[in-house]
Amino acid sequence: MKVTFEINGAEKSVDVEARTLVVDLIRTKLGMTGTHIGCDTSNCGACTVLLDGRPVKSCTLLAPMLEGRKVTTVEGLAQGGKLDAIQEGFHAEHGLQCGFCTPGMMLVGKALIEANPHPTEDEIRWGISGNICRCTGYMNIVKAIQHAAAANAAENVAGVA
Amino acid sequence: MAVDTTEAAAAARQAMGGIGVSLARKEDARFLHGQGHYVDDVVLPGMLHMVIVRSPHAHARIKGIDSSAAMAVPGVIAVVTGELLAQHKLAWMPTLSGDTQAVLATDKVRFQGQEVACVIAETKYIAEDAAALVSVDYEPLQAVTTPQQAIAPGAPVIRDEKEGQTDNKIYHWEAGDKEATDAAFARATKVVSLETFYPRCHPSPLETCGCVADLDPVTGNATIYMTSQAPHAHRTLFAIVAGLPEEKIRIISPDLGGGFGNKVPIYPGYVVATAASLLIGRPVKWIEDRTDNLISTGFARDYYMDGSVAIDENGKFIGLRVNLLSDNGAFFADAQPSKFKAGLFHIVTGSYDIPAAHIVANGAYTNKAPGGVAYRCSFRVTEASYFIERLVESAAVELGQDPVTTRLNNFIQPEAFPYTSASGFEYDSGDYPAAMKVALDMLGYDELRKEQAEKRARGELMGIGVASFTEVVGAGKGKDYDIAGLRMFDSAELRIHPTGKGILKLGVKSQGQGHETTFAQIVAEELGIPASDIEVREGDTDNTPFGLGTYASRSTPVGGAATAIVARKLRDKGKLIAAHLFEADVADIEFDHGKYNVKGSPDNVKTIQDIAFAAYTNLPDGLEAGLEGVTYYDPPNMTFPFGTYLVVVDIDKGTGQVKVRRMVAVDDCGVRINPMIVEGQIHGGLTEGFGIAFMELITFDDEGNCIGSNFMDYLIPTAWETPRFELGQTVTPSPHHPIGAKGVGESATVGSPAAYVNAVIDALSHLGITNIDMPITSDKVWAALRSKGVTE
Ligand code: FES
Ligand code: FES
Repeated sequence: MKVTFEINGAEKSVDVEARTLVVDLIRTKLGMTGTHIGCDTSNCGACTVLLDGRPVKSCTLLAPMLEGRKVTTVEGLAQGGKLDAIQEGFHAEHGLQCGFCTPGMMLVGKALIEANPHPTEDEIRWGISGNICRCTGYMNIVKAIQHAAAANAAENVAGVA
Repeated sequence: MAVDTTEAAAAARQAMGGIGVSLARKEDARFLHGQGHYVDDVVLPGMLHMVIVRSPHAHARIKGIDSSAAMAVPGVIAVVTGELLAQHKLAWMPTLSGDTQAVLATDKVRFQGQEVACVIAETKYIAEDAAALVSVDYEPLQAVTTPQQAIAPGAPVIRDEKEGQTDNKIYHWEAGDKEATDAAFARATKVVSLETFYPRCHPSPLETCGCVADLDPVTGNATIYMTSQAPHAHRTLFAIVAGLPEEKIRIISPDLGGGFGNKVPIYPGYVVATAASLLIGRPVKWIEDRTDNLISTGFARDYYMDGSVAIDENGKFIGLRVNLLSDNGAFFADAQPSKFKAGLFHIVTGSYDIPAAHIVANGAYTNKAPGGVAYRCSFRVTEASYFIERLVESAAVELGQDPVTTRLNNFIQPEAFPYTSASGFEYDSGDYPAAMKVALDMLGYDELRKEQAEKRARGELMGIGVASFTEVVGAGKGKDYDIAGLRMFDSAELRIHPTGKGILKLGVKSQGQGHETTFAQIVAEELGIPASDIEVREGDTDNTPFGLGTYASRSTPVGGAATAIVARKLRDKGKLIAAHLFEADVADIEFDHGKYNVKGSPDNVKTIQDIAFAAYTNLPDGLEAGLEGVTYYDPPNMTFPFGTYLVVVDIDKGTGQVKVRRMVAVDDCGVRINPMIVEGQIHGGLTEGFGIAFMELITFDDEGNCIGSNFMDYLIPTAWETPRFELGQTVTPSPHHPIGAKGVGESATVGSPAAYVNAVIDALSHLGITNIDMPITSDKVWAALRSKGVTE
């Protein structure tokens, strides 16, 4: 069947089996391999993408569910060669080691600070608790998200001034 | 050699990104953009997909396999069975511990999840569909699910295909001195014992294992992309197992999504995908799903330990006895140095000056997955450290002492190094009381003990756990430590290009540890070329020198030493070139952080970049061109990182829930090359240690069904459960390592489980609760409290 949706700002129309998982569609059909697979049970969040701005586990969605919707993957974070604040934060605070969880973590973090620009540490920890990182122990992921929130806040202040 | 600590040197290091600088990671960019390149991202023209059909039974005879329905599915290319492999002499393969393991079962299945057949198809979805249609006729046999059952008389023999194997025993191994230990126990005034079980858990890196095998039938070239922590060793083993000519094999281990020991062994999937690619003439991809990973690949621990410490009238430890029984699963596939059947478990005397020790280890086959890998651990050091730290806790309780006092009384003293332990290790360096002191101060130990006393008087449960671990990491030396005969050295090849920028190629392989940054920093320190100008390459056997790979925290101790030494070789060659340029005598050339000068004229310098250019353009007569070198480093000894970890817990009497309030970790890993990366490693290890202590468990029911086969049952800490860590350090450089570093990847997983568990026991020991086996879940604490009549 044919499914039409927008991904990272570009419209796509693809022919897929209805049972295709969105994560497989993105990785295999579209060849965008930044979205990862870490489990079979919707527990790990390595496959997280934003669907109309909200984080979802793309291993838990079927391709037809994308019809008419907007998807953002890690490949869509940097704009015009400039890293998103969340990417800057992960780099500055050493929020990644093997990098396998990182796309999902960054997308969840970005959505989190968009919804809640000044999150507490507990709010961040709760917000990312659907995503597993096996390497970092989360300390620096929390800092990375705080770093991005602070950068966004500074930019807003600068924008207002 | 210790690192130069003057202010000028520090400023130069900062600019260079040398040792001690928390340089942001060079490798981050690709991961931040989603451009990391993991095995599952490899796509080759004509690539097929493989799915493994696994046994639902723990122990059963295979009476027949019917793959006709699977073969009839459009898009299926082949169904590979053990019978087919047997025709190519590939049905069995050697393990890293000198045993054999079925690639695909022919006679019996011996654990639930064992590989029985492989379906190869045009897409993964088709392969999965067809795999469900492979019909295997099993005759179930009685399953053996514990090593105690396994060694009991009359137990069904699991490895009945092995000639001369009439029971389920694998090995018997002893270390230390029995007589001296018996004598110590005979004169002890107190003997304290502990029986404990370190349960089976799993490294479970977020990326599972897999490969893409691409064998070109025309050229005979075999390129295998695989999740490998040890690509060179794997190349050689592939040559031996599959009979492929080694010069035609190229193993590429691309970005790895974590490893933690799980990616050290060779798994049947790699072998079948390779054989299938050869037979079919197309590339074959095999990627585990999470259940495949948890039920069939390298598990960790599964050690039953009991032992005693003999104590004299002064409260000094004088002897240690430990018995261990290991559950190795259906095939003895532990990844460990071949001379040591229980890895380096005999480091079990830990941080303590115990003059006599005797260790007896026995291994047993069971109907469970094989593996015995070191989950973020140097070959069973984790089990040893856990045992001694738990036993010292028990000793403190029985002596009526503060556990800190018991430790301080029995530590190997700083002046005693180098120290030869009763089981034969030569500890190169250490200062255990210093690390203890830093940790106590950071925690505010005395205050917390007061709080605990007040709470206890009110009937509230609070505990403070202490663990002062010592690790032994960085294997070799090669004479004593080998895997499958391959000596445990490691390598570095450094090429400085004419423009003064360079490329460093290593035999080790990062799985997220940040080698591209850390190793460039070593070169920066040694040669004075900025770390940003050094590209680091690993994981491609065609393009890196032979090395044994990354596990047992060996990258920095061994590969890092090789890097420092090869850089020094180039530095020395640079002196010859500098002498030529200055028209001076080589003996008069001085070198300091990237600058050469003639003694007495410090202002007239040639930079390392000038020298690099001259190495290709303006050489003295008789000197070979180029500024390149390679070093194979065989360490003279292991390194011995140590530390003290302190944990504070509060326990809810009503529910048994344990809450970790504080976790202070003081590590001494010697000189820290990139402190930011070091701390990241410690955070990760403390979290995995937390998972093991409280959440992670692979267990089995009586029929051998694996419980813990997915992330709903195998619980990994998320940010919500994970404690916040407070890190501290002491620095005792390793005297034999060229830059004094010791390796840090695993310290926290080795040291922390005992600290967490000791904290729980510290909260409960006054009630007479002396042991709870990991993972310490609320229900276990609840039951222990109720058994002592604590209600509420
Ligand atoms: S792969 Fe989607 S949650 Fe794990
Ligand atoms: S960085 Fe490896 S899983 Fe998060």
